[in-house]
This record gives sequence, structure tokens and C-alpha cells, in this order.
Amino acid sequence: MSEVDYADVQGLLRFGYGHMTSASYVLVRVKHQDAAKAWLRSTPVTTAVAQKPPPKRALNVAFTAAGLRALGVPESIVSAFSHEFRGGMWQESRTRQLGDVQKNAPSNWIWGSDGREPHALIMFFAVHEEFDSFVQKSRDQNWSEAFEEIVSLDTSNLDGDEPFGFADGISQPQIDWDQQLQRPRTQSEYTNIVALGEFLLGYPNEYGKITERPLLEPNEATAVLLNAEDAPAKKDLARNGTYLVMRQLEQDVRSFWKFLYDRSGENLADAAQLGAKMVGRTQAGDPLVPNQIEPIPGVDTRANPQNQFTYDNDPVGARCPFGAHVRRTNPRNSDFPGRRLNAFRKFIIMMGFGPKGFYDDLTSSVRFHRILRRGREYGPELSPEDALQPGPPNESPRGLHFICLNANISRQFEFLQNAWVTNTKFSGVTGESDPLLGNRESIPGCPVTANFAIPADGTLRRRVSGLPQFVTVRGGAYFFLPGLRALRYFTGA
Amino acid sequence: MTPQSNFMVLAPIVPEREPELRELLASMNRGPGQVNPNNVLLPFAEFEELHFARFVILDDKTTEDVRVYGLSPRTYPLYLAFLGDIDGNANVFLQKLIRRAGDGLRQILSCCQGFGPDTHLLDWMKQHESPPIAVYVNWRGRTVRQIREEAALYGALESYIEKHAASFDGLRACQIHQELQSFINAEQSAGRITLSKEAPTPIGWQIKNLAHLIGFPLLGLLLSPLLVLAAPFFIIALRRLEKSDPVVCPIADQKHSESLSDLEDHDVTNQFSAMGSLKPGFVRLLTTTVVLKTVNYGARHITRAGRLGRIRSIHFARWVFVAGTERMIFCSNYDGSVESYMDDFINKTGFGLNASFSNGIGYPRTNWLVRDGCIDERNYKEYLRRHTLPSQVWYKAYPGQSAVDLERNTRIRRGLEMSSMTDEQAREWVALL
Repeated sequence: MSEVDYADVQGLLRFGYGHMTSASYVLVRVKHQDAAKAWLRSTPVTTAVAQKPPPKRALNVAFTAAGLRALGVPESIVSAFSHEFRGGMWQESRTRQLGDVQKNAPSNWIWGSDGREPHALIMFFAVHEEFDSFVQKSRDQNWSEAFEEIVSLDTSNLDGDEPFGFADGISQPQIDWDQQLQRPRTQSEYTNIVALGEFLLGYPNEYGKITERPLLEPNEATAVLLNAEDAPAKKDLARNGTYLVMRQLEQDVRSFWKFLYDRSGENLADAAQLGAKMVGRTQAGDPLVPNQIEPIPGVDTRANPQNQFTYDNDPVGARCPFGAHVRRTNPRNSDFPGRRLNAFRKFIIMMGFGPKGFYDDLTSSVRFHRILRRGREYGPELSPEDALQPGPPNESPRGLHFICLNANISRQFEFLQNAWVTNTKFSGVTGESDPLLGNRESIPGCPVTANFAIPADGTLRRRVSGLPQFVTVRGGAYFFLPGLRALRYFTGA
Repeated sequence: MTPQSNFMVLAPIVPEREPELRELLASMNRGPGQVNPNNVLLPFAEFEELHFARFVILDDKTTEDVRVYGLSPRTYPLYLAFLGDIDGNANVFLQKLIRRAGDGLRQILSCCQGFGPDTHLLDWMKQHESPPIAVYVNWRGRTVRQIREEAALYGALESYIEKHAASFDGLRACQIHQELQSFINAEQSAGRITLSKEAPTPIGWQIKNLAHLIGFPLLGLLLSPLLVLAAPFFIIALRRLEKSDPVVCPIADQKHSESLSDLEDHDVTNQFSAMGSLKPGFVRLLTTTVVLKTVNYGARHITRAGRLGRIRSIHFARWVFVAGTERMIFCSNYDGSVESYMDDFINKTGFGLNASFSNGIGYPRTNWLVRDGCIDERNYKEYLRRHTLPSQVWYKAYPGQSAVDLERNTRIRRGLEMSSMTDEQAREWVALL
């Protein structure tokens, strides 16, 4: 097992660049292949090597399948990337899986669908003072020859909150960079440490396997690449790279707070409480269940106490509803219901004779479905109080440029979005999808998906109905975030 | 109890008539993957004992895989399979089907070999029946009628609670149970809610079931001296095969994969049909047979209702040999996306998956029949995708309802029918609402 060469990994994998409070994402199409390659060759791409002091500017770059083709990458190589990367986010069957229908449909997107499908995503980050000059300098003469800009997406710094006003980014997986993880076949406790291969191609994942990717024959052109760990005679094009999922999620902050306020007897404190039930955290980011006393591997209790919890002691969702956003997106479970099981007990459970409660053991093991979130907010800040006022005409939109990194889009991002966020049958609930992200569209046989149930222990749940759609998808695409060697290979350096 | 049964009619298609057949089948749909339940050829919705049905053309693209064993591929005829899962006796159902939709069926089946204008439909269908070697039924005895009645019951309870939300404030679980019980009793008396009593279990079925319950272990017991003697040889042979059998898991063709996706995720439930050739030789055939007979026995007599191991998302499933013992098809109806279905399988019943599928050519390498195999997740998923067949027509009697929904509704109904409950029972019951 070889160590990770951080100089070959793009910095975004290891750092969120939090101190660089300014960022923009530029989506481009390649105008001239040679000019594009020349610009990419001459532009320094920030690596994952830790620097002291940390850099004041960073640039990372990722490509869609169409983008790789536009750079002249042969089809035989493109076709060795995953099905979903090649198919693209706006494929009709995929839109059903991801909930991108009706208002969310690609035909309504600002970017990402037919004709507006980007080739590359260029991400600029810098400390506030240097940002404008950095971006200006990068978009030089070569840039305009090389690329046609589809859209340049600005971001805003909301000090760690997302636009609805809830603390965000608290829960992130801890990547096992040193590959120290000894994973038993079945993991019986929730752990926040996740195998390197879940986030970086070319390394063992949670199954102990290396995810499929293009392996090339050694020759002059591929000499720049590293050898594949599982096939040493081949060159590993994707090693130290990963897939990047981007979605522009517009958030209707006014309708969110107005809904909460109306359903809480026009009392702002109660509205915030209802909001917390829907999010699964308070606005300050505190979880709705008490902290777990036993340590959780990969959670630093002191530095990040708000992440020190599981739902083990909330089996009916009386504290944190099953449908709450953070419970849907990370159910914090293990491979098996129950802890410290002996072999016999495990066997009994495996055969289907374990816990027989209705809500028991309904959710897939989370360790196969983690993502690394790297998105940023956009639009002006709006406090809950102000959100209750009518908006000015032509109000500037707000939302999240959602970005996540994962080595297997279908098992990680798509599973999460499909089976957990969009699913109207998540964990035994029915008639509701994610209270924040759901599209509220009816599905055959289920006219209503706009509910939100707040279970109570020993008495009747409260069911909030008629949730409007708060979040609208405005664009999206699947990218490949290459390692630096692969980038050199693509650009012929 | 009304036991569930199934049928599968399997017949080779007349090659020249394949395009016509495809058109006919497509005409039964509103769009790709979306059946018109009242289509003129076979109005599925009119048959209230029919849970699931499908037409699949068994266009197996993997027959070349036998080359890895140095065998030359056989040319098989292209088969049409028509299968369904039903309440009660399959013969009775087929007769009813022919009575009500004989013309449409004739039109479809006339594209198959040996079907002429004078063919006796029922006899022909019975001659072409392919019985499964193993079957799984999510909830034995739960009929389509019961599913619909219980869904209506759940709907009625939900709207009653919504209308009278304030009156439940501060009530304890037991009181809520009583209150809802009297509401439903009133609804039943007024004829707005029907909860039919369970039909008596057919005597013939009971006898057969008992014979199966005892017969299978008895056979094992009788054969046990032989099994003990043969076991070491069998294990050695199987281990040798496991270590040398070639793995064939190329990336599934993108077009094929996308054509499957076009049919998926139109409902909360999806259909799945996968086909392939068995590894050659007696040891593999024996392993398959024993494993699947055991699965069948377990699914029929041992599993807890609503579960297959830890999996709660499968409505019906079956394994069938296709015309001989060289090829096999697996058909199921499951909730959620195919990705979550495969993940569930790998992570919850990987052992069962390996035992039953590893006898197919090219399956990722197993150890001791149940270990590894599908843990090679990416290869396994490509393997499965490559072997999956698009279903031309697929019908489900209760759109929008997952198997877990059905379980909830049944639990609610059972709770309502209890005259009294302990506090604990009442709390669990109220949590279902």
C-alpha cells in the first residue's frame, strides 16, 4: 500500500479553503482544444500539499465527459469511466431518480442541460483582498481563446450558515488518508472514518476494493501517470482523482420562514423549533438528540461536539424525526442493528429473525454512502425576521452551489439523493420527501408527498402538511476532478 | 388464508414475427416502463387476484460467455415469457384470464411457435408452463383485495386524524387506539370501510404444504448417510471450481444499461429480470439445485412475514430454469432504485446472493460458496446489469405502495382488531400512524 502523493491530488479533496472567503465557479465550454490545453498547462493548479502559511489563492479544475472528449481524450478512455459520469446528470432516467422533474427539470436549468452542458469547471478561491485580481489575471488572453463561458457563479460568505439560516458543514467524513483502517467484514458501530478509496480513485474503498476506472497501456504519452495499485502493469489515469458532483440549488428563504411562521401560530421562536425539526439541528447547529458518551471514531469530541451523536437512542424519531434533513442524509447507523453482537446473534439477525419492530433495521448502512461536501452559498444573507417581510421586486436569488466529492457517483451521491433525500418511503415514513430538498411532486399511487411527520413517543405524531417546494435545482453536472499527473496527460504537458 | 401462487408461460417466438410481437407488447404501455392497466389486449386491472405480471422477451446477450469454458455457444431460440403472481389457484386464474382476455392473449401468443388459429389456449399455455425452482412471497396469505382494503383503512384513519387533530391532544396511546377503533367500527357498519375476513385455507393446499414441510427435511435425513460420504468429495470439487472458474464482468454496455434505466423508477417498485448460463458440469448443477431448493423451503416455511433475511423490499421473486438446465432466469419485484436493491443484497444477504448466483458463468469469485463474491461490488453490479433483461410489459396492482407500506397497513389493521392492548403495544401501534 503506497502513501498518497499529496502533490498529485487537487487541494479541494483535502481542504475546504475556509480561510479563502471569496470563491467563484466558472463553467466553460472548450472553444479551441489547443488553446484550452495551453491555458491548463500554464495555470498552476493547487495541490493537497499542506502549506504554512496557507495559500491566499487556489485554483482547481474538473471536467465532464463531454469536456474530456473536447480535450481530445479518445472514446476508448472516456468509456472506461463510470456509467453515470458518461451519461450525465440531465439524462431523462436519471432525473426521475434524483427528483429533477417538473420545476427541477433540466429544461429549466440555467446551465447543465442540452446545449448548456459545461466541458469544464474552473474553481477560483482567494482571500477577499486578492480575489478580483486573481480571477482577472487568470482570465487572460489565452483564456478567451480557449473557452466560452457558460456562466460564472459567484458565492457569498455567510459565516458557516446556509441561506435558510442554519449552521452548515458540521458533519464531514474523516478520510483515512494514511490507510490505517482495518475494516471488519461487518462494522457494528457507527464510525465517521471512511476509507480513502471512497473519495480518491485508485485506493481501496469500504469494500476493500478499488473502484473501476480507466487503466491505460504504458507508453510515452502515459509515462507521466502512476502505475495502478491493483494492476501494476497498467497506468492508472484516475489515481488521485475523483468525481465531483455539482448542483445549483436555489433556496426560497422567504417561503421557508413564512411557512414555518404560519404553521407555528405566527410565533418566531416556535417557527425556529419547527425548522429545527425539519433540519434535524437547531439554527446554531446543535443536534436534537443528546450527545453520545462513548467516542465515535473520526469525531473529535472537543473540536466538533455537535457531531458527537447517533440516533441509537431515538428509535422512533421522537427527538429527531426520521424525515429530518440531516437524519435522511446521514442516518449514522452501522452494518447491523444493535451493538456488540456475538456470532450467533448476528446469524439470527442475518436470517431475518432479529428485531421485529416496524421501524427496525430499515436503513442501509451509511458507510457505503458518504460524500465529502465542498459547496458554497450564494446570494445575500437574509435573517428569519427579514424573511417574513415581502421581498423587493427582482430580488437576487439565494442558494447553495452544492459540490460533493466521491469515487462512485451511483453508490454515493446518487444513492443518497435517490434512496434517502427524494424517497417518499424513507425509513418507514410515507407521503414525504426531504423537508428542505423535496420537490413535492406526486408519484403514481401517492398523490401527496408534501407532508412532514414529527413522531412523538407514546402519543400521536404531529403531521405538518402542504410543504411548498423550498429548493429548486437550477443546474448541475457530473465532473471528473483529475490528479495533477492526469491533468498533465490530458493537456499533453 | 388464501395462498399465493404463480405461473410462467415460456415459448419460442417465431423469428419473423418478433417485430410484430414487440409492437403488440409496446401497445400495452402508456410509455416506456409504464403499463396501461386497462389496455385492450390484457386489461390487468380487471383481475383482482393479480399482484404482478410481466411479459419479457428473453433476449440473452451473454450466451457467448460459455466460451470461457472452451464450449461453443449454442443458438437458442428467442423466448417469450409471460408470468404473474396471483392469489389462489393458478389454473383457476388462467381460465379466468382466457375467459376475459382470450382474444388479446391469442394475438400475443400467436407470435410464438406452435400456436395456430385452432390451438386450445389453456392447453397450450399449460404445456408451455415453466415452474419455478424457488419462490419468495413477501407475505404469504395477503391478497390483493386485503392490500387494497388495508390501504383504504390507512387512508381513512389518516384523514380522520387530520380532521380531528385537536381532539387527540393529550390522549394516551390506549385512548387513541380506542377512539380510532370506534371510528372504524362505525365506518364498517356504514359500509364505507370493508375489512374482509380471511378465506378458509384450501384443504388440498394444506396437505401439500404439510407434505413439503416434512418431506424436504425427511428426504435430507434419508439421504444423510450418502451426503456425509459424498460431502468431502463435493467440497473438494467445489473448492477447485471456485478457485479456477473464470470471472466475466466487463463493463455493461452503456446503451444496454440506459435502455434498462428508461424502464425503471416510474413507480416506487421496480421489476427485475436477470438471465444467464450456468457454469457447466454436474457439481454446479447440483449446487444450484440444492441451494435453490433450500431457499425455496426457507422462504416457504421459515422466513418471517415481510422479510427475506434482513431485506424488506422484495414483493415477489422466483428462480426458473429456462428450457432445460443450461440457463436460468431470476425475476423479482422490489422497492427503490436498482442501485439500492443491489446494495441491500450485498450488505444484507451477500451470503444468500453468492450461494444462489455464483453458479452462473462469470460471477465474481466466491470462497466457500457464500463468502466474497458480491463484495467485489463494482464487478458484481456490472455483472448483474449485463445480465438484466428489459421487461417489455410490467404490471403492479398497487402503484405507490412499497412492501413496507403494506406491512404498516397490515399491522395497523391487526392492531385495530385487537379488543385490548397493553400500554406498550398501544405505543407501538400509535407510532405506525
